[in-house]
Amino acid sequence: MQVSMFHLMPYRDLPKDFEQRYHSVWVDPPWWELADADKVGQYYNWTLDELVYAARSGLDGICTNEHHQNAYGFMPNPNLMGSALAKATNGLDVAVVQMGSTLPTTNPPIRVAEEYAMLDCISGGRLVAGMPLGSPMDVNYCYGVPPMEQRERYREAHDLIVKAWTAKEMFAWNGKYWQLPMVNPWPRPIQQPHPPIWVPGSGSITTWDFAADHDYCYCFLSYFGWQMAQGVVDGYWARVQEKGKDMNPYRLGFLQLVVVSETDARAEEEYAEHVEYFYHKCLHIAPEFAFPPGHHDWESLVHMVRRGGFGGLSMNLREMGYRDFVNQGCVIAGSPETVRDQLREMAKRLRVGNLMVLLHIGSMPHELTLKNIDLFAREVLPHIRDIWDDEGWENHWWPQRLRKPQPATR
Amino acid sequence: MAESVATGPKGMFLEVWQGRLKASVKVAGEGPPLVYVHAAAGLRWDDFLDGLARHFTVYAPELPGTGDSDPHDIYQVESLWDVVLIMGDVLDALGLSGVPLVGHSFGGMLAAEMAAHWPERFSKLVLISPIGLWREDRPVTNWMAVPLQDMPRLMFRDLSSPAVQRLLAMPQDQEELVMAQAKFVWALGCSGKFVWPIPDKGLEKRLHRVRAPTLLVWGRDDAVVPVEYAQDFASYIRGAKVEVVDGAGHVPQLEKLDQVLPRVLQFLQG
Repeated sequence: MQVSMFHLMPYRDLPKDFEQRYHSVWVDPPWWELADADKVGQYYNWTLDELVYAARSGLDGICTNEHHQNAYGFMPNPNLMGSALAKATNGLDVAVVQMGSTLPTTNPPIRVAEEYAMLDCISGGRLVAGMPLGSPMDVNYCYGVPPMEQRERYREAHDLIVKAWTAKEMFAWNGKYWQLPMVNPWPRPIQQPHPPIWVPGSGSITTWDFAADHDYCYCFLSYFGWQMAQGVVDGYWARVQEKGKDMNPYRLGFLQLVVVSETDARAEEEYAEHVEYFYHKCLHIAPEFAFPPGHHDWESLVHMVRRGGFGGLSMNLREMGYRDFVNQGCVIAGSPETVRDQLREMAKRLRVGNLMVLLHIGSMPHELTLKNIDLFAREVLPHIRDIWDDEGWENHWWPQRLRKPQPATR
Repeated sequence: MAESVATGPKGMFLEVWQGRLKASVKVAGEGPPLVYVHAAAGLRWDDFLDGLARHFTVYAPELPGTGDSDPHDIYQVESLWDVVLIMGDVLDALGLSGVPLVGHSFGGMLAAEMAAHWPERFSKLVLISPIGLWREDRPVTNWMAVPLQDMPRLMFRDLSSPAVQRLLAMPQDQEELVMAQAKFVWALGCSGKFVWPIPDKGLEKRLHRVRAPTLLVWGRDDAVVPVEYAQDFASYIRGAKVEVVDGAGHVPQLEKLDQVLPRVLQFLQG
């Protein structure tokens, strides 16, 4: 298994009563009331330091992503972060996993082809190219794309980017959403024919098909643990089999919140408030922002209405505490033994080859984050790496030069 | 209330747009033809349309993707310009020219675009709380960003009117209810394709081309498109008359049916 640290870069000092006083953490939280640019500068630096620390501690990859107008995670351009990370990790066998530039809103989309190619060159061929559709908050509300056009724009941007990377001759692009007379980007990526592509999804059949048809790694980025994810992931694997593809576990990426301490009790003491901060404040998203009409295609919409409407979440996050989040598997927390047992079980059940772990959560301070990374890397990681070794799969979705047999312990 | 149209509207499908679309059109009533263009949430055959259908043969085309048309038809329509021309295709197929045109809200904007594009084609124009203009001091409410349960309070000032109550009545049958709700949301998504994120696509630059005698109907308490927009529309369309309806919101033709229907009929028949 390949294990990467994911970072959201949230605002770490929201007021205690944030979720009572404010409408939403995303789209309309008032910057001038809530935020301080000096603090934010410190957060960005801590975020970079934490990811570099993870890389030096032995994690296989480091992940950043793109979001806008929120206190939940605000790296409006993940490639600015990725660039600093690529430089800082030169010489390490660590993948720079961009999860990544939002395709429908990066204009023109060859900007993604160019920036990713830059990252691949700076990192010496260590880039994983995430291709997200983008959240409705980001794409529809913050960046103004009509919800009905989001998926079409995504497909066109994807086709254009891959062609821009691989075409040997300059070409003209006469698309529905973009027209470019002479496409010939400089640079092109080191990895040939192009860096591995990961597609984050939230469970729609359309995205399963897209990932399976193109032989990409499908990533389910869930905050609700593997029990809740089982249905979605089973659906994805069924689709993969229907299409006659192999069951290589590296076709699936999964995000898991993880906190490690010396003992289970100590973990609760140290991390409870930060986990609750994340679920209560960072996920305080106004439902109308998450489900604008037209965002779901017709089939998914009918399916959702039939299941009883919008929201999808059967849990009321605000009424849940640390122990609920742990018991439901939203967070895997505790001593190294507890965490490694649960991670092994989770990875086996979901058939995850590319695991992403969120090791900074909500309001977690810098020092505690380093402790979490350190314990995870030393006491957990060596015990979960070998999960798929007996099946002998190759991770085709990992940078070629980093693909080597992983020792069971480092 | 006088007798309603007993059988309700008839549905018909017309092959248009080089055969790529089967446009759905609802037809009801007797008398000279009239074209009605529906609002963002799709066509609902309401008491106002029944009222018009007692004097006119009402043709109500559905925006591709909405109502009884194939939901995927929306992907055949790329721009507002396409929508206007598809409506032209539909009217051609129906052989309609020199007819009155009535539109509400999103349909009001579309009707205004059609009347500006074909100044000779329509004998009269009735715009009921149309969108399509934008004022910094009184921005149009983004109805797609309103939680569904808050929609009635946004749309109506007067929820008590029987016509409004009939419109809001939901099907009892579970499957019908699912489809009605899904179609409602989908229609907002389809119409939203042509107005998101700001419902101003340059109509201001085209409205002067409208030559049909025009009546603007507006609820004084419209919470979607504030009543100030009535004067803006009137200032661009030569000779436009403005009828502001007290005690009504964004759907004055249902909230105050007894006032608005006679006024519209008088204008159309005058």
